Amino acid sequence: MRIPCPCCGLRDRREFTYYGASVFLDRPAPDAGLEAWDEYLHLRDNPAGVTRDLWYHDPCQSWLEVERNTVTHEVLSTRPVVEARA
Amino acid sequence: MSQSHRIPGKGLLIDRARPVRFTFDGRAHEGFAGDTLASALLANGTRLMGRSFKYHRPRGVMTAGSEEPSALMQIHEGAQQTPNVRATVQEIYEGLEARSQNHLGPLSFDLLAVNDWMAPFLSAGFYYKTFMWPRAFWEKLYEPAIRRAAGLGSLSGRHDEAVYEKAFAHCDLLVIGAGPAGLMAALVAARAGADVILADEEVRMGGRLLADGAEVDGQAGPDWAASVVAELASLPNVRLMTRTTVTGAYDDGTFGALERVSLHRAPGDAPRECFWRIVARRAILAAGALERPIAHPDNDRPGVMLASGLTGQMTRFGVNPGRVVIFSNNDSGLATARSLTAQGIEIAAYVDPRPIPVTEDFPVYAGAEVVGTRGRLGLRDVAVRHKGGISMIEARTLALAGGWNPTLHLTCHLNTRPQWDEKIAAFVPKPGAVPGLEVAGAARGRFSTAACLADGAQVAGEVLADLGLRAPDVPVPGAEDRPYGIAPLWAVDAGGRAWLDFANDVTTKDVKLAAQEGFRSVEHMKRYTTQGMAPDQGKTSNVAALAVLADATGQEIPVTGTTTYRPPFIPVSIAAMGAGGRAEGFAPRRLLTSDARSRAMGAPMIEAGLWSRPSYFPRDGETDWRTACDREVRQVREAVGVADVSTLGKIDVQGADAARFLDFVYTNTMSTLAPGKVRYGLMLREDGFVLDDGTCARLGPEHFLVTTTTAAAGLVMRHMDFVHQAFCGGWDVRMASVTESWAQFCIAGPKAGAVLAALGITADLPFMGCAPVTLGGVAGRLFRISFSGEQGYEIAVPTRYGAALFDRLVEAAHALDGCAYGMEALNVLRVEKGFITHAEIHGRVTADDVGLGKMVSGKKDCIGKAASQRPGLTEAGREQLVGLMPVNQGEVLSAGAHLYNERDPAVREHNQGYVTSVAPSPTLGCWLGLGFLKDGRARHGQVIRLDDGLRGRKVLVEVCDPVFFDPEGGRMRG
Repeated sequence: MRIPCPCCGLRDRREFTYYGASVFLDRPAPDAGLEAWDEYLHLRDNPAGVTRDLWYHDPCQSWLEVERNTVTHEVLSTRPVVEARA
Repeated sequence: MSQSHRIPGKGLLIDRARPVRFTFDGRAHEGFAGDTLASALLANGTRLMGRSFKYHRPRGVMTAGSEEPSALMQIHEGAQQTPNVRATVQEIYEGLEARSQNHLGPLSFDLLAVNDWMAPFLSAGFYYKTFMWPRAFWEKLYEPAIRRAAGLGSLSGRHDEAVYEKAFAHCDLLVIGAGPAGLMAALVAARAGADVILADEEVRMGGRLLADGAEVDGQAGPDWAASVVAELASLPNVRLMTRTTVTGAYDDGTFGALERVSLHRAPGDAPRECFWRIVARRAILAAGALERPIAHPDNDRPGVMLASGLTGQMTRFGVNPGRVVIFSNNDSGLATARSLTAQGIEIAAYVDPRPIPVTEDFPVYAGAEVVGTRGRLGLRDVAVRHKGGISMIEARTLALAGGWNPTLHLTCHLNTRPQWDEKIAAFVPKPGAVPGLEVAGAARGRFSTAACLADGAQVAGEVLADLGLRAPDVPVPGAEDRPYGIAPLWAVDAGGRAWLDFANDVTTKDVKLAAQEGFRSVEHMKRYTTQGMAPDQGKTSNVAALAVLADATGQEIPVTGTTTYRPPFIPVSIAAMGAGGRAEGFAPRRLLTSDARSRAMGAPMIEAGLWSRPSYFPRDGETDWRTACDREVRQVREAVGVADVSTLGKIDVQGADAARFLDFVYTNTMSTLAPGKVRYGLMLREDGFVLDDGTCARLGPEHFLVTTTTAAAGLVMRHMDFVHQAFCGGWDVRMASVTESWAQFCIAGPKAGAVLAALGITADLPFMGCAPVTLGGVAGRLFRISFSGEQGYEIAVPTRYGAALFDRLVEAAHALDGCAYGMEALNVLRVEKGFITHAEIHGRVTADDVGLGKMVSGKKDCIGKAASQRPGLTEAGREQLVGLMPVNQGEVLSAGAHLYNERDPAVREHNQGYVTSVAPSPTLGCWLGLGFLKDGRARHGQVIRLDDGLRGRKVLVEVCDPVFFDPEGGRMRG
């Protein structure tokens, strides 16, 4: 698998560290309550198909949101998490 | 033996001027340069090459290629031995030592052939049904005995010291296979200017053109192939890879390939094999087709071959097959019979179940079948059933031509199944199965030479258009275009045992039995019978086996389906795939600037992550770690010690919002830290557990230096980057890892200040202070922090000065009755002080568990704060950090042990906690332990039992505060 890094171009998967679903970007307010925090920390979809997740490109230290297909392993798009949050 | 079975003047690949001597089962043989083991042995008249997997039946060569199921041998090279080498692939070299496999006693009189007489009892599933009782016998008796009797070659049990290599390649177009289709495709693409890699597993490119005697454009096939290869070789945009098998198709146009770099030569300096990872924008699979045998009784004798194997051995190596019977159900077998006759080989009979006209120059048995063979160690007679009678026909070789299976394996590697094509009675690739991979020629069922040439050119044209290149006008040369005319015949119904899988000894009976016993799914049948599970992975047998299964279950073949095709296409040695990964190549090594000096001082090095760190620095007379460690600890406590602590992670954080950012990642407040001061800090993961600890120094108003533990340096950098990029968009803060930019040394002990003075540094720093220093004109940094409980400093200089500084520090320490100390002493010193490491903050503890609950500031949000307040992490009864001391001073504690109340049994329900770190303390005169104990802080003074089930150790320990030494901290502040 290769991932296009917005800074570095198309790079081998082994340069990246996988983190998890990109919903981890939606951090609840500190006082959002137990349920919101439980969902944020622990509950994840496991889609067969398109998913968005977080990858860290170690050489340039960019955190990326990668849209990809878990069935075909096709990478559909990538963008820095800074933009994903905006 | 002489090379009595050669046809004069024949053999494209052999050089008759260069004889090569080798041994087989200890006997000297001679072949020619270019021979394979199989061809050389055949040329010497040797047909018996091994014993079969289960029944120990005599076995010979079936094929002339990598699909060989039967002639597997062991190659010996000094102490090395490589089992299950296909004799049809292994080229001979001077001194090659090959041995046959799987027999007890001589190959010609295998004592385990008794298994063959017991065959009626050894059918599929025999082991599962028979060796069930008594249960305990399985591991000790049944399994070892079965493993000795069944199986193939064996390993030497030693490390493979040979050199292997791995390599990467990129191209516009990878063409897999250099037969007519592959050569044509490569030629068209090469002339279009595409960057082409053409890979073929044979020594010479040409594929079936080298074996079938077909003409191309009026030229002999081999000559046409050679001219194309010569043109390709002359082009700068083409890479030709021979002896290279593409083994697997992976995501994004990545292919694995195994190159046999020097397996055809005596071991030397060259790598034996090279494993390639080829990234291709497009690929064309032109791997041709594999011929299949026909299952008839006793079809496994040495001398029974595939027709393609026979012609391959003949044309390439000049092997003389003697009198030949051909059993064929299609026109390719008939063409072979004509071609052999034309070349002067005697066809004793051409047997075909189809009602074909009988007008040939050789005896034709139309509407007939082969129903048996005779010959104990090699074929002597073939039994042919014809017009209701049976004729025995004397022959040395029986060639089976059961039709062709497209070599479509790679198209299925991304989990697509092939499609059944009724017209050619074979599976063909499903279009688009692997993105970017097209299939051309026989690999998609175009079997005539003309069709292959045309298809190669056409598919290349399509691919070039896809790549944005213009296909040049390359005329397709003329060649034979005979019809295939197959009438499927999978198995001859004539009783007796008819082999499907020659490698694993699976017969049609086994498959029928599997169906009868309920293993009707093809995947179940495979596992019950072991069909297709041998080194050849059923290349010649799987399709026939599932046809027999389809028949037994009354289903159509497409409904029955195929098993899963997985990479690799051929056996790949782990040594090649993991090339370079042995011993020190396993992982990158990180060396300290003090490394050379430490080794020169005799320090044994230990691994700490990727780092090598000194364990201890032995002095004369110190023969074990303990003596050296005890001394180093005492010297630190009484005088001074120096240690290299450069492995700690260092992150430089700068910007107007740096302080605000650090307040967010640390539980405690860093914004209130004054420049020139250092503070201990704790980071949580977002789920509330402790991530890491370390120090944070404020070097200037907008400049901080964060340290992390050695283990978590990378993790913390990623974490801080994430928090910054995900949650602090627009903040003015930048950070970088500077771990490797600075060499940092710890100076600890009552005489630490004197060491600094000896270096010309006047240390007037308060505890937890930091300041820039200059050392011989070099700008460095000085921190007054302590991980030992003594007055301590850490001094950092740019890495290139590290080695020099370490030398000076060691000399200064020695002059003051001090020493260099290693990891062992460092650990003892920190355990005595109750300082935690990742042994304690192992991912399941909260700040409160380690006694640092007060460090989570109530005044601000931080990563992990919300989750750290969940009920499960705050309720009573959690395991808390405690100190442990043996009640009897001399007793040894061990990490990993569990804690129980004194009289409770050591079972899970009674578990009270566990031990994370232990250390022999010369300061306190006994072993000390740190661990987690339920409600531990309220239990100081209690006596509990430490129980180490692994080492059989039970020790009564007293629970105490984790800070064993100088709890007030006067020594480090003073």
